[in-house]
Amino acid sequence: MEEASIVADSIVRSFGDVTALDGVSLSVETGTIYGLLGPNGAGKTTLIRVLTTLLKPDSGAGFVAGIDVVAQPNLARRSLGLAGQTAAVDEFLTGRENLEMVGNLYHLPSKEVKQRASEVLERIDLDDAGDRPVSTYSGGMRRRLDLAASLVGRPEVLFLDEPTTGLDPRSRLEMWGLINELVEEGATVMLTTQYLDEADRLADLIGVIDHGRLISEGTASDLKAKLGGDIIDVAVSADDRDLAGAVLTGIAGKEAAWDDVSFTFTIPATNGAATLTEVVRGLDQAGVVPDDLALHRPSLDDVFLSLTGRTAEDKVTEAGESASTKPQRGRSK
Amino acid sequence: MTTQTRSISQDVTNQMRDTTVMIKRNLLRIIRLPQLLFFSSVQPIIFLLLFTFVFGGAITRGTDISYIDFLLPGVLVQTAVFGSTQTAIGLTEDLAAGVIDRFRSLPMARSAVLAGRTTADLVRNAAVTVIMLTVGTIIGYRIGGTVIEAALGVVIALLFGFSVSWAMASLGLWVKNAETAQTASFVLIFPLVFASSIFVPPASMPSWLQGFAANQPVSVVASTVRALMGGLPIGSRILESAMWIAAILAVFFPLGVYLYRRAVST
Repeated sequence: MEEASIVADSIVRSFGDVTALDGVSLSVETGTIYGLLGPNGAGKTTLIRVLTTLLKPDSGAGFVAGIDVVAQPNLARRSLGLAGQTAAVDEFLTGRENLEMVGNLYHLPSKEVKQRASEVLERIDLDDAGDRPVSTYSGGMRRRLDLAASLVGRPEVLFLDEPTTGLDPRSRLEMWGLINELVEEGATVMLTTQYLDEADRLADLIGVIDHGRLISEGTASDLKAKLGGDIIDVAVSADDRDLAGAVLTGIAGKEAAWDDVSFTFTIPATNGAATLTEVVRGLDQAGVVPDDLALHRPSLDDVFLSLTGRTAEDKVTEAGESASTKPQRGRSK
Repeated sequence: MTTQTRSISQDVTNQMRDTTVMIKRNLLRIIRLPQLLFFSSVQPIIFLLLFTFVFGGAITRGTDISYIDFLLPGVLVQTAVFGSTQTAIGLTEDLAAGVIDRFRSLPMARSAVLAGRTTADLVRNAAVTVIMLTVGTIIGYRIGGTVIEAALGVVIALLFGFSVSWAMASLGLWVKNAETAQTASFVLIFPLVFASSIFVPPASMPSWLQGFAANQPVSVVASTVRALMGGLPIGSRILESAMWIAAILAVFFPLGVYLYRRAVST
């Protein structure tokens, strides 16, 4: 426990009949990123709100930097920074004014407030835009400013509630870079996300949350390992379908799965890279040139599907967003 | 934990600093929305002009009272009360934008967000009041007593608006939605403002309404302000107004802070 900067102990929180959190326990080691993965309404935001003192749990306990968030909320607030789903910065103030305001509210010494605001603006690459009203900022700039506001008080523990939701791919990459840098400097981060690739990319440990329960926890590799071994995808043209199918079925020892949309066969890589070599050789001998050939571990998408029986809900609404930065399996021609 | 030993004076200092920061933030917001500032200043002027020139003749026909002298002190109260609805709307907007979540995650004084908001609205009301007095003077309003008495009247109108701002803050944090807050606040405020002594003497109303109209807080305060600004006999009115202001604050300051501490964006 002494190494953990965030601890949730059997946290329960209901809203009327709805149990938003149904006994969540977890612990986040100092200096690491914990990714809380789950669809809308899974309880991610409620857990963040309990741990950041915004909501009182019905039962259970939460500790941030060793401080009990229920018993000593105001003390805990000194050690935590929160960046929410919506960029909670003031439209009418400039970026700098926003940060100075937060610095004052953290009770930094007055002399330090201006200096710290400048430091942080530079840090997030907004020093040029710092004196413009936030209403002129792009979505990505606002989100960075929101994150910056949570950094002003130099908190040990950062809570980022869906830090990249709605951002374009480039802004997401910038945000990821920034979050990684913060952790390298010693911060502990808990972030929530609906993006499976984001958890995969950032988090040291991933907790999958659904209906207010932590249904699985582990590293990205652990979670993927639950699905078994690697997979080989072979995309071919329609003309080569029968020929390639015969070769792959022979290698797999069972019928190769065919995806009609992406024109891709999928077989398990029973012997890892050796199976891949076998596939290349077999296709070559049969005179088939594949359009695409890939050996990969199952995606977190697959993990989520196997754990909850459904994909993350927002894949439908935000498909373009998440697809653009996700390593793709096959492609349609 | 070392912080538990912080002195009370440190707490008070922090509380004042937090409140000052919040007042500044809200005033900047008002200044940087010049259209809102413009129209929220023009609206009471329109009221003043409409009532003076449209209803004034009918209301005072056959008497030798100057209606503007009767009306203006009451309209100052009306303006302060209407202006307080901005407190509710502003807070719901902050709540929806997630700004309240941020503030609540900071180690700041719990009353500072509300005190900053209500005080900034008080300052704005004071500015609008100066404009109203100027326009009123142009169209013929004159104070009847001393400048000091008149100034005391203006201060009472503004303090009453400030106390109603706290009630509106509670309303905003309770309903959590800007449109609901606007509608709900007017449902509460319209009867108080119109069934009052602001526009016409309650004696002209049906008897079942007179008791309410003469004794409800808006009337008490309007009569006080009118007496002070008109140099009329004052009686115990100042005390009655002060008691209403204190009573409203005594209920809604703690209620507002309680609701704020539980408020999260939805």
